[in-house]
Amino acid sequence: MSIDISTVERTAELSKLYLSEDEKKEFAGQLSDILEYVEKINTLDTSGVQPTDHIIPNVNVFREDEVGQSLTHDELKLNAPEFDRGHFVVPKIIE
Amino acid sequence: MITSKTVVQLADLLTKKEISAVEIANAYIDRINTHDKKINAYITFNPEKLLIEASQSDKRRATGSELSQYDGIPVAIKDNICTKGMKTSCGSRILGDYTPPYDATVIAKLKEKGMTILGKLNMDEFAMGSTTETSCYGPVKNPHNLNHVPGGSSGGSAAAVAAHLAPAALGSDTGGSIRQPASFCGVTGMKPTYGRVSRFGLVAFASSLDQIGPLARTIDDATLLTSIISGKDTKDSTSVAPDNAIPETITCRDLKTVRIGVPEEYFEGVSDDTKHALSKKINELDAAGAQIVPISLKMTEFAVPTYYLIATAEASSNLARYDGVKYGARSKVAQNLDELYKLSRSEGFGQEVKRRIILGTYSLSSGYYDAYYLKALKARTCIINDFKKAFESVDIIAAPVVPSTAFRLGENLSNPLEMYMSDILTISANLAAIPSISIPIAKDAKGLPIGMQLMGPHFDEKSVFEIGKTIEKDITPLIADFM
Repeated sequence: MSIDISTVERTAELSKLYLSEDEKKEFAGQLSDILEYVEKINTLDTSGVQPTDHIIPNVNVFREDEVGQSLTHDELKLNAPEFDRGHFVVPKIIE
Repeated sequence: MITSKTVVQLADLLTKKEISAVEIANAYIDRINTHDKKINAYITFNPEKLLIEASQSDKRRATGSELSQYDGIPVAIKDNICTKGMKTSCGSRILGDYTPPYDATVIAKLKEKGMTILGKLNMDEFAMGSTTETSCYGPVKNPHNLNHVPGGSSGGSAAAVAAHLAPAALGSDTGGSIRQPASFCGVTGMKPTYGRVSRFGLVAFASSLDQIGPLARTIDDATLLTSIISGKDTKDSTSVAPDNAIPETITCRDLKTVRIGVPEEYFEGVSDDTKHALSKKINELDAAGAQIVPISLKMTEFAVPTYYLIATAEASSNLARYDGVKYGARSKVAQNLDELYKLSRSEGFGQEVKRRIILGTYSLSSGYYDAYYLKALKARTCIINDFKKAFESVDIIAAPVVPSTAFRLGENLSNPLEMYMSDILTISANLAAIPSISIPIAKDAKGLPIGMQLMGPHFDEKSVFEIGKTIEKDITPLIADFM
């Protein structure tokens, strides 16, 4: 499986990443090598094998629906890039 | 020398009042200030805070109200484990200013025992790497040879313990990130069973594989720390409460009762020095009465593809949270929301992280999901079954940790695939969720440490530690002479 520049661009868009032209070229080559190597997995016969979705047999871990202590606005504000009166601020999204 | 004592020895000296917590803190402050310039193990180190906490500990002990016999012993922490009020960067620019408003459960558990946080340790960015060279804080050096890497991603943790810049440390292991650096730096590193230790407050990389564990100078210290940090946690629904809790202290296991499996696949492509050291050790165990059983783990060749598909898929999803909105770095030049996401992420993440996000996104994207991600989940089942079958006839599996000793700095930076393939011997334990330890056993011709890996069945850490302790008994500690 070889990855071309346009596939890298499309995947970068899905990943919300900007890549420079050099990065696109470098990633296309490296990802092609990696995918070629992981293709090996298709030589393994997995017919009838269940996928491992959960590694431990816990099912439906419930807890009581009780009001607990969570972080305060003041604590959240400390790490927020921009915070105003209890809200995270982002650039305008509706014209 | 205070800094050459183990955690168990420090506890003994504190209990006998032959030493104070402030003296321990000062000894480490001196040593870190003098020597960490060469190693670069620490990202965050706050001597003032440490001394305040140490003196509080001494006051508790003076009034007989110490929280445990370990009250006042400092432990250093990998920088992807959240520490309240202390920067937790993950070795990444995007979290460069992040100070968690809460403690990870493992940190809360250390503090319940009165243990103090010595500092935060360097690591590969978001734990993605095998050399600690992808950190935005610069590479860590191997204390056994400063031209070599300490391994990764818990390279700062391994180097700090090896260079006696910390009595012990916590790391995290997603594909070998505790055991591989432990092996490269000549210390003991334990990855517990998945679910044994709460992941609450561990910055997520690949949630079905990540596990926190200790790096220490002895098996006794590793056992003690694993015991302290383990247990079911309501804040991590994947943590479990097995019947067999890990005791704080253990004894040696009589090898005459032990069947040790040696998988042939784990010796393919392994360097001569490492192979020789392992064979010699296995022969000694044979002579000591252990039953050595040649076994085959046929799925080993599929471990690297399976791991890199699952780990990158989970990472691409976990790292979607870094969007420059709620916490983490925000780009200053974005004009709209989409640009804000993309610029913040592109400026904040390093190359290896971007590479893995793109690989993971690709394998999860429409049209490729079945061929890659779903296939990998099925291969994971095969790998789990491979180990289940092996543990029907053996009590423990012994193998090398890494195919070679520590790489030279810069050696593998330009070839990610080469680097991924060097994880082949450690990642199966993560995929199968079993406990696995790395114990230092020898040095190669260049003086670089070689580790031995012991893998046990699910939740049988006790056997891993007890058999490990028996093996450790006959080994001279590998001293790092970096000064």
